[in-house]
Order: sequence, then structure tokens, then C-alpha cells
Amino acid sequence: MSSFDTEAPPPRPRRPWTVVERGLAAVGLSGKALVIAAPAIWLTVFFLVPLLVVFGISLTVKQFGRPPYTPLLTNEDGTVQLTLHLNNYIRLFTDGLYISAYLSSIKIAFISTVIALCIGYPMAYAIARAPDQWRNILLMLVILPFWTSFLLRVYALTGFMRGNGVINNFLGLFGIEPLVMMQTDFAVYVGIVYSYLPFMILPLYTNLVKLDGALLEASADLGARPLRTFLTITLPLSMPGIIAGSMLVFIPAIGEYVIPALLGGPSTLMIGRVLWDEFFANTNWPRASAVAVAMLVVVVIPIMLLQKAQDAVQDRERAK
Amino acid sequence: MRRGWFLPIAASLGFAFLYAPIVSLVVFSFNESNLVTVWSGFSTKWYGALLADPQMLGAAWLSVQVAFAAASIALVLGTLCAVALVRFRKFRGRTVLAGTASAPLVMPDVITGLALLLLFVAMEATLGWPAGRGLMTIVIAHSTFCTAYVVVVVQSRLSDLDLSLEEAAMDLGATPIRVFFDITLPIIAPALVSGWLLAFTLSLDDLVIASFVSGPGSSTLPMVIFSKVRLGVSPDVNALATIIIGIVALGVLAATLLQLRSRPRKARA
Repeated sequence: MSSFDTEAPPPRPRRPWTVVERGLAAVGLSGKALVIAAPAIWLTVFFLVPLLVVFGISLTVKQFGRPPYTPLLTNEDGTVQLTLHLNNYIRLFTDGLYISAYLSSIKIAFISTVIALCIGYPMAYAIARAPDQWRNILLMLVILPFWTSFLLRVYALTGFMRGNGVINNFLGLFGIEPLVMMQTDFAVYVGIVYSYLPFMILPLYTNLVKLDGALLEASADLGARPLRTFLTITLPLSMPGIIAGSMLVFIPAIGEYVIPALLGGPSTLMIGRVLWDEFFANTNWPRASAVAVAMLVVVVIPIMLLQKAQDAVQDRERAK
Repeated sequence: MRRGWFLPIAASLGFAFLYAPIVSLVVFSFNESNLVTVWSGFSTKWYGALLADPQMLGAAWLSVQVAFAAASIALVLGTLCAVALVRFRKFRGRTVLAGTASAPLVMPDVITGLALLLLFVAMEATLGWPAGRGLMTIVIAHSTFCTAYVVVVVQSRLSDLDLSLEEAAMDLGATPIRVFFDITLPIIAPALVSGWLLAFTLSLDDLVIASFVSGPGSSTLPMVIFSKVRLGVSPDVNALATIIIGIVALGVLAATLLQLRSRPRKARA
């Protein structure tokens, strides 16, 4: 019919927003409240509340049954009783296993972070100073492994470092005895550096690419040698990038499970692995929860440092 | 002048370190022998073995379903959250929401996984929901941590956005919701695409959280891979890795091209 009537206005397209608007008005909600409420409720229920549950269960003890922990609240003849056990926390401080696992996690995470910084800094600097047409390609090469499966990259390392792996086959060509690399702390360092290197490079790059070249020229004109210019100008100015990158490596490394499980040996103690074993091997949920709470305490300080570094960057952007 | 050769060499060594293990993994997926590190001839038989493995295929299908659902939920929640944080400058609980939205980024996986499992168990005991653990609980867990990543991606795009466009639409009488769908959404679309893709890959890759919140009979692909490689290297995992790396490389390439094409438009605005 409409094909004959060319004068008629085209039908108004139905837009998604009209449906949304009518729906919201029907239940008497403003869009703004809903925009805030939906993610806020989800994150509260599935992120904040679970952390409280962990804390609660860390104050119970293991029992046989379902669920495998003693109840926090019991109701006997109308008397509600709250039972808190501190056993798990006392155990954390008295059993040498937990303390050495924490210390060893911090040590492994720290050493890996320093190595990642030493490898990542020159790479970030080289990318920041690369010609324009190269920079995007190099950046993509840094980001690409980050998108590739983390688990598969760790697996790729096992093929590399095994007794009859690529490295040892290569060394064998020169008649060098095979090195034992797998199932050592060394393999864990390599694994963490390898997996988290992009996290180190990206914040460093964002920082270094903004570095004003005029400062470096001025320093050189005034007779400073490259090393001195680097130490007195480049390094201090890139501090926010160094802190952000280091924390992005250090924080996940502390709680790492996959890398010590696949690359480390039985003597590689890491707290993420202890938590995993408490939960899966010993089915001691309360103990695993206490380990988690203590782990949170350990990572809170680096998280605050990271937040501060990021705020500093944002403030500087706003000031521009 | 020392920097002249130091930086390129350091960068090349760094990239070699990043890529050598991946390259060797891809090369040995075409190896005939089941020794993953000794070359004995070209063969694609491990790809065939992969396609004939029902456990692997089932796990892959489950993982894709989970990743699709989780990325989509995370996209909606993360976009809403980013709009709230960037556009509604002041509201009660803003700092709490901002903190809660970024905390999953730095939370160790073992804690997130344990916490969600304990929540699900407690909810099942008191509310009767969720009954048992499986697809549903993994989707909820993945949506939660993926939301944090979507927030980061969308937030940075939203704060770059020229406010005057939205203000002009409002002045012309458009309601806020119409402004969002007609103006904001088309402009931030590239960020939404990359946010969804990021969430999808992160969900597809997660081993630790899924191990905690999955039930018997619902093993995701990383869980199957992990149990396989724990026992040693296996060439069919190499084949699988090669397929995944190929898809990811194509995806990242496409995304980069998309971004490069959208950039000049931004520069003109």
C-alpha cells in the first residue's frame, strides 16, 4: 500500500531507548539509580560479601560433614550462640610451614619483580624511542602474549626448560651437559618474569613515551654523560611507571599457583600453593580461609603503593 | 653513544625471550614423534588426535559457553559501572564503587576462587540457590572479575569523550537515555568490542577460579589442559595451543587495525 503513497512520512523507527525508557518509567525507577545500582549490587554480592564469608569461615574449624566447617552461629533452645575459633590463626603463626611459605613467596615475588624490571625497562625505553612506524608494531608484540593463554605460555616454558628440552638440546650441540632447570626455584623465577613481563613494560612505556626529549638534550649540552643523564633525569622521572609496573608483577606473583605448580619443585614453597593444597588436598576450608586472609594482609601494602602511583599519574594528566 | 647499540640489542633479546618458547611450541605441534622436543618429521596427526578427543572437545565447548555468557554480562555491568564513575561525578558510595570495581584486578585468583566457592556453599545452605555448582557458578565468578577489566577499558574511552556532543543532544531535548543510545554508545563502541573480547579471552584462560567454583563433571578447557600437562608434556596440547594462539593473533591483529582506523576520526573531532 505504501508503495503507491509516496507522500506518507516513513514510519518512525523503533529505537531501543524508547523501550528502556518506558520500562523504567513503568516500575518508577530513574535511569541514573539503575546505572549505579546494577553493578553496585552485583559487585557487593559477588565480591565484597564473599570476602566477608572467607573471614567468617576462617574463624571456624574443620569438621566432617557438609559443609566441612563448624557453624558460626548455633541456635539452641532459642539462645543464639556465636562460636569463634582462633585456632587457624594461631596455627599460622606457630607452624613453621606457613611462615616460611609467606616469606618465600615474598622473596620469589621480589626477585622476579627486580629481574622483570631489569629486562622490561630497556625494552620499554627502546619502544618509546623507536621511530613512529615501528612503535605500534612493537607495542602489539608486547601485548600479544598477554592475550595468549597464560596457562599455555607457562606450558610452553616447560617444553623449553625440560631435561631434554629445547635449551638443553641446543647446549648439547656444543657438548655441554644438560642443565637441570625444571622443578627448581630458578624455573619459577623464569616463569613469573616470562608471564608478567608485559605488565611491567606497558606502564613503563606509557611513562617513558611522555618523557620530554628537551630535558635529555639540555643535560647532554651541559656536559652530562648518557649514564649520568639517565640516573639523574630519566630514572627519577619514570618512578611512577617503575612503581606501577613493579606492583603489577609483584602482586599477582605473591598469590601465584599455576607457575609453582607446573615449573617449581616440591620444595618451592609459595602461599598460593599452600592455600590450594589446604583446600583441595586436605579439604580444610577454614585453614585455607585463614591463609587467604593473611595473604590479603600481605598484598594490601603493594596495592596501596600501586594506587598511589596511579593517582600521581592521573593528577599530572589533570594538571596539564 | 653507548645507548646507540645497547637499547636495540636489549629489546631484541627481550622479544626473543617472549617469543622463543611460543615459536618452539608451535613448531613442535607439527612434530611426528610424541617427544615434544625432538624433531622427527612433519605431521598433523596431533591435530587429528585433538579432534577425536571427546573430553577435550566437551571442555572446549563448555569454556566457550562460559566465556560468551560471562563476557556479555561483564560488558553490561562494566559499561554501566564506567558510566556511573565517569558521568555521575558525585553520588554516595562513589569511592566504594570505584574501589570495588578495580579490586578484582589485583586480587589473587586463589582468594577470589575460594571466596566465591564459600559464598556459593553458604548460599546453597541458606537460600537453596545455586543448587550445586557448574556452568552457572563459573559464569557468575567469571562475570565478576571480567567486569573489572571492562570498567577499565570503557572508563578510559568515556573520559576521552567530548562532553559537548552529549550536552548538545541534551539541549536539543533528548532524554539522558536517548543520549546514551544515540550518541555515547556509537562513539564508545570500539571500546565495548575490545572490552568484550578481553573479557572473553580472560574467561577462556582462567584455571584457578574455575577450579574452585566448578562442580563434578563441569571441567573447563584450562582445567583439562592443566591436568594433562601436570603429568608431563603432551603433543596434542601443543596442537591445541597452536590453534588458540592462531585465533588470538588474528583477533589482536583485527582489533589493532580497527583501532588504527578509528583513531584519525578522533583526532579530527
